[in-house]
Amino acid sequence: MSGNPMLSIENLHAAIDGKPILRGVNLSVRAGEVHAIMGPNGSGKSTLANVVAGRERYEVRAGSVRYEGRDLLSMPPEERAKEGIFLAFQHPVEIPGVTNLSFLKAALNAVRKHRGLQELDVVEFRGMVLERIRLVEMDEELLLRAVNDGFSGGEKKRNEILQLAVLEPKLAILDETDSGLDIDALKVVAKGVNRLRSPERGIIVVTHYQRLLNYIVPDFVHVLSEGQIVRSGGRELALELEERGYGWVHAPDTANGGEARP
Amino acid sequence: MGNAADQVKGWVDQEYRWGFVTTVEADTIPKGLNEDVIRAISARKGEPEFLLERRLKAYRHWLIMIEPKWSTVCYSPIDFQGISYYSAPKSLKDRPGKLDEVDPEVLRTYERLGIPLLEQKRLAGVAVDAVFDSVSVATTYQKELANMGILFCSFSEAVRKYPHLVEKYLGTVVPYNDNFFASLNSAVFTDGSFCYVPPGVRCPVELSTYFRINAENTGQFERTLIIADAGSYVSYLEGCTAPRRDTNQLHAAVVELIALEDAEIRYATVQNWYPGDREGRGGIYNFVTKRGLCAGNRSRISWTQVETGSAITWKYPSVILKGDHSVGQFHGVALTTNFQQADTGTKMTHIGKNTRSTIVNKGIAGGRGQNTYRGLVKVLAGAENSRNFTQCDSLLLGDRCGAHTFPYIEVKNRTAQVEHEASTSKIGEDQLFYCQQRGLSREDAVSMIVNGFCREVIRNLPMEFAVEAQKLLEISLEGSVG
Repeated sequence: MSGNPMLSIENLHAAIDGKPILRGVNLSVRAGEVHAIMGPNGSGKSTLANVVAGRERYEVRAGSVRYEGRDLLSMPPEERAKEGIFLAFQHPVEIPGVTNLSFLKAALNAVRKHRGLQELDVVEFRGMVLERIRLVEMDEELLLRAVNDGFSGGEKKRNEILQLAVLEPKLAILDETDSGLDIDALKVVAKGVNRLRSPERGIIVVTHYQRLLNYIVPDFVHVLSEGQIVRSGGRELALELEERGYGWVHAPDTANGGEARP
Repeated sequence: MGNAADQVKGWVDQEYRWGFVTTVEADTIPKGLNEDVIRAISARKGEPEFLLERRLKAYRHWLIMIEPKWSTVCYSPIDFQGISYYSAPKSLKDRPGKLDEVDPEVLRTYERLGIPLLEQKRLAGVAVDAVFDSVSVATTYQKELANMGILFCSFSEAVRKYPHLVEKYLGTVVPYNDNFFASLNSAVFTDGSFCYVPPGVRCPVELSTYFRINAENTGQFERTLIIADAGSYVSYLEGCTAPRRDTNQLHAAVVELIALEDAEIRYATVQNWYPGDREGRGGIYNFVTKRGLCAGNRSRISWTQVETGSAITWKYPSVILKGDHSVGQFHGVALTTNFQQADTGTKMTHIGKNTRSTIVNKGIAGGRGQNTYRGLVKVLAGAENSRNFTQCDSLLLGDRCGAHTFPYIEVKNRTAQVEHEASTSKIGEDQLFYCQQRGLSREDAVSMIVNGFCREVIRNLPMEFAVEAQKLLEISLEGSVG
């Protein structure tokens, strides 16, 4: 957990539909680290995740994001994906008529090609997917269904983690992966993510609740409020938040070492 | 959505890849249409008297007909005197007995199109009849098929060799006075394909006709007649291309299918006529009448079409369900981009008892393309317990294109069940971003989403052609969306 940060965000300001959401976010993530971004609804958590992934709807108004030393903001989203940034969507999208398996294969081959690796043939690919699908305890039958089409909420989230496991990104961002999951599904998803923790991989877990962090134990916890990170700490910060609610950290001016308010 | 539209607009520069012209010496009848021209066509083909009589009857009827104006397509008036109604590569004038006597330029054309005709290179599992302008230039696998009693040849050859079959069936499904373009075709048709499958025979290969318009200012008026005798089965595929030209060319074909008792005909089209350029100049006017007759009990006819070409497409492959328990199906994909217009769909006419029909149509519009589905489900009084299910989905790729749906339903029997489902959706920014976030380019994402949208139809095509159709959609999309 040393060396240059993999991802470094400085003074990031972003807006959606003309409305400012992020108002000066600073964050560094090194390979091997797991960061949790917490915060109340509307604080800008998902905006941050989407801006890093390159969603065009979000307008970056100031600041910089560097990824492995490169200017991330100038890269189109597919380039970011191929360079190893993965976003597990809060609301995974349905693509009728395209099987999950063929979608995964197209994605994997796009990424492999970019990395200068040979495309996997059908047999190799199936073998790999069948191995990885065990990580998320997902029904194999879902591979032959259309992407997320008619999937339950839990199935969609598992499917995101399956894609994560197959694509092996360098930086994974999980956007509210816990939302809508029951406790059993949550444990399965967390187990899958934990298996994917590695010294080469950075992980950002965006969540509203500390519950997920019982299972994916973060190295750092950041609290986002009104578009700024108002407090950073270790795992204990999440526990404290759970106890005291977001109320005591919401004002940015108390962020830097200020005494917590009840 | 604005972004997707802008992005996709960038691909518009894609060229039509089949737009080359072949230089061959041609025997062309001068432009214009009158009884002498019709007699000349008939004489060039050495036709029996009955056929000439039919041509003249159709022509005289056509003269009093009015060009239809009810569809949504718009085009400037066609000058029917400005078209040459017959053009044939000269070397074919004396009908080559062997393939190596065919003009090598023509053979090369088909090679470039990916349709090898020479013996040693024939497509495995597919018998091909290649039609170049007004004549059929080659038919593969003919001998092998003949051993099973299957007659598969050009229409002209059928007229010479099997005149009784032609006389018996021609015009029984699409009569000479059916509609403006069908009447024109009945008067001036030049060649096409003919197929007869004898009772109980299951045709082991895909039969295929490949149409190519080469000569300038030429219309192509082909006539296809397929007869599946009792208990037989045949699967047939039609493909088409044309060179790029600034002027519009007319293609007015008639296809008739006849399925007798317990017979099944599957007819698939991958239509890729030149669609015109980005400004809407040139391109083929594809005004086609296709109809199948389920004449016998328990007979089945299925149409599958993937339409990506033509400046204007106007066609409604239909099934007349006359036999009891007969089944009609239509699966269609129509893609219109740039300035293309399509008014297409199907007609299912239920006459027999317990007849069933299924219609699945997928319309995709991009650029300034206008895509219309027009369908008629007609249940006559005697069609007890007949059923229809129709599903029409439209996908819009941009914000300057249009999708229209006109389903007509006429039911005269109380026991009939007719269902209609329709949807219109726009390709979503969310879907595109999701694909991009997994590493796919926007182009690949669009093509994947469109292919998914059409999957139900594409998987109805024979395997080899499903792949071809997917590629064709991909290529057509490259030059399209926005």
